[in-house]
Amino acid sequence: MSKTYFDETHCAIGHPKSTFMQWMLTVDHKRIGIMYAAVMFFYFFIAVATAFMMRLELLAPGGQYLDGDTFNQAFTLHGVIMIFLFIVPGIPAIFGNIVMPLMIGAKDVSFPRLNWFTFWLYVAGTFIAMASLFTEAGFADTGWTFYAPYSINTSTNVIFTLVAAFVLGMASILTGLNFLVTIHRLRAPGMGFWKMPLFVWGIYATAWIQLLATPVVGITLILAIMEKYFGIGIFDPAKGGDPILFEHLFWIYSHPAVYLMILPAFGIMSEIIPVFSRREIFGYRAIAISSASIAGIGYLVWGHHLYTSGMADTAKVIFSFLTFFVAIPTGIKFYDWIATMYKGKIILSTPMLWALGTIVTFTIGGLTGVTIAMVGVDIHLQDTYYTVAHFHYAMLGGVVFLLFAGMHYWFPLVTGKMYNEFHAKAAFYTQFVGFNLLWFPMFIAGYYGMPRRYFDYLPEFEIYHQFSFVGAVIFISGLVYMFVVFYKGWTKGEASGTNPWNATTLEWHLPSSPPPLENHSKVPYVDFNPYEYHHGQPKVKFNYETMQRID
Amino acid sequence: MSGPYVPEIAIDREGNEHVVQGWQDDFYGGKLGFWLFMFTEVLMFGAMFMALAYYNTLHPQDFLDASASLNRLLGGINTVVLLVSALTMGLGLLNMRVGKIKEAKLMIWATIILAAAFLVIKGFEWRAEYNHGIFLMHDQLLPGSSLPFGQKLFFGLYFTMTGLHGFHIIIGIGLMIWLLKRINAEKVRPDHHILHWNIALYWDIVHLIWVFVFPYYYMIGAGGATGGH
Repeated sequence: MSKTYFDETHCAIGHPKSTFMQWMLTVDHKRIGIMYAAVMFFYFFIAVATAFMMRLELLAPGGQYLDGDTFNQAFTLHGVIMIFLFIVPGIPAIFGNIVMPLMIGAKDVSFPRLNWFTFWLYVAGTFIAMASLFTEAGFADTGWTFYAPYSINTSTNVIFTLVAAFVLGMASILTGLNFLVTIHRLRAPGMGFWKMPLFVWGIYATAWIQLLATPVVGITLILAIMEKYFGIGIFDPAKGGDPILFEHLFWIYSHPAVYLMILPAFGIMSEIIPVFSRREIFGYRAIAISSASIAGIGYLVWGHHLYTSGMADTAKVIFSFLTFFVAIPTGIKFYDWIATMYKGKIILSTPMLWALGTIVTFTIGGLTGVTIAMVGVDIHLQDTYYTVAHFHYAMLGGVVFLLFAGMHYWFPLVTGKMYNEFHAKAAFYTQFVGFNLLWFPMFIAGYYGMPRRYFDYLPEFEIYHQFSFVGAVIFISGLVYMFVVFYKGWTKGEASGTNPWNATTLEWHLPSSPPPLENHSKVPYVDFNPYEYHHGQPKVKFNYETMQRID
Repeated sequence: MSGPYVPEIAIDREGNEHVVQGWQDDFYGGKLGFWLFMFTEVLMFGAMFMALAYYNTLHPQDFLDASASLNRLLGGINTVVLLVSALTMGLGLLNMRVGKIKEAKLMIWATIILAAAFLVIKGFEWRAEYNHGIFLMHDQLLPGSSLPFGQKLFFGLYFTMTGLHGFHIIIGIGLMIWLLKRINAEKVRPDHHILHWNIALYWDIVHLIWVFVFPYYYMIGAGGATGGH
């Protein structure tokens, strides 16, 4: 068997003999992507465990397992991990690294050593974030948004978390920068922007957001640190500052960050739908442009987080309308995907199931987002479980579901093995049922006034929390089930071959599976569109030795 | 990764050859990447300028009063020093591009000296302010002092932004010393000078930021000025 990237690697420094050091120092984009995935899912499960602790506390009214302060720290820990450690780096760091260079026919990203450095910057950031768990003052209790002036005045250890968010932001900027240059410079000859796979478009739009929005939140967090430790009254009204300014600066980043999470996820959807419908994607350019316009309009909507914070009515109306506009390119994408499936030969493999499930859950998440973009409705639903349910439907039911879809889709590419389809599907159904049971009751509870971030509640809300708890148990079981399926697949699965899904994009046209160290044996000349099917079969065929077309 | 890099050739169906751009030896890619990085620097300082402008509208008189008390002479000298250092940096790059390595190194040394001079002058300025009771977590900037909110904000942001700018100068000096080592090791050569190019770009951004810092902090109060203290 030919050598794969598991057998050999390039290193940032020297030529270490031990396998361990080779992994630590590797500059190979595929290995770095795998390491990102390992670190991220480690923290992901910590955050899931924290969330489960909160659900357990909320099973019945009154305090049982966690007191109020611990509960505040628990939801902050959950939010900080899920946002800054997991979902923001998320798909770009994992699949942007592993798959994007393969898709454009590149040997690596533009700055492989920078990529290596970025990974370790990210790891350092995660350590800083977690370090405050072990300090005397304890983990921050501010929520992941660090709203001033509370974050300035709380006695818990906010500084670690702020510094960590800054460092992780740096890592995010450098990842985006690397990908932007890679996509601009390293596309295979002939591959214009309109011949790029849509996942690459998603990563491209994401990279711009990473680059343009993250510095603003970075400096905001620095200002908060300056305020906390040097007494400058930037955000604390008691010292002459304005806390609303913090909220503005924070959301100028953090709302685009939401699109930064979802755009690469939509990219995964755009890969999976045509492959499992065996049809060329409907409205390729519309999908590509809608990614770019979501990234663009996404900059102008941050104000909808501040309806109840104190803002001019005119500004509220403008932000409300701009928020509706963001839903339009998103809607275009969904109609395009559905139109792609129309008259296609739909194959219900696991990745396709996840994608279809996401169409359901993200539509719920997206449309409930439009309702709270309306100023009047939002005044009623702000900071209730309705909002919580909305963004979990969008983030978990959108981004993370599509991340899972991508993991099933590219599993054979990364490992060269195939997981058990039956068990993978069973894991999907378990999670899908658990997910809806977990979050849907929260819409109703929130509508009736259950506030978020409370560790106690009125007895009338008990029934919703009980449903949610059952859902959480089912969902987490499904999650564990899925990872067991992956593990079994990687260790005992059958060899998958290079193109098990009959897909068309370049990452499936590699000489071996898993891919060799420097990817394609030769760089192909791209004179075809990314999703060309003819009678349900990929139209473009390659000689994998020379990478020349033989169809 | 040793030996000269030879780009791959891709062949299309008509048999035409196309040079493949690799990540190695990508001058334009290196430039693009650094420009993008500089863009993030601009955004970072931009957000701080936005906060500054916002508080200026809230406390216009306090800002003028606080600005009037800054030392325009030292600030002005520093502006000139930094502008001249941008010139020497640029001349160094021009010399490198035409192959005059000795002159290029001389110009980089001149830039380093000017940058150090900037820091020294800045240090004198901060010390004088400290002696007037104006410094972070000191005397008049403490929450209990009677200095108006607006002035405290002005000085707080002043120390934050000039401090962050000074930090960039220090990083810049480090980069230039590294650049000299790379030139001596012949890793940076007239035909391979992307590092020099990017450090020159970095230095341009650093002086450009100062060009905005100087008027917004020192000059807005010049009308009510006493000519420094």
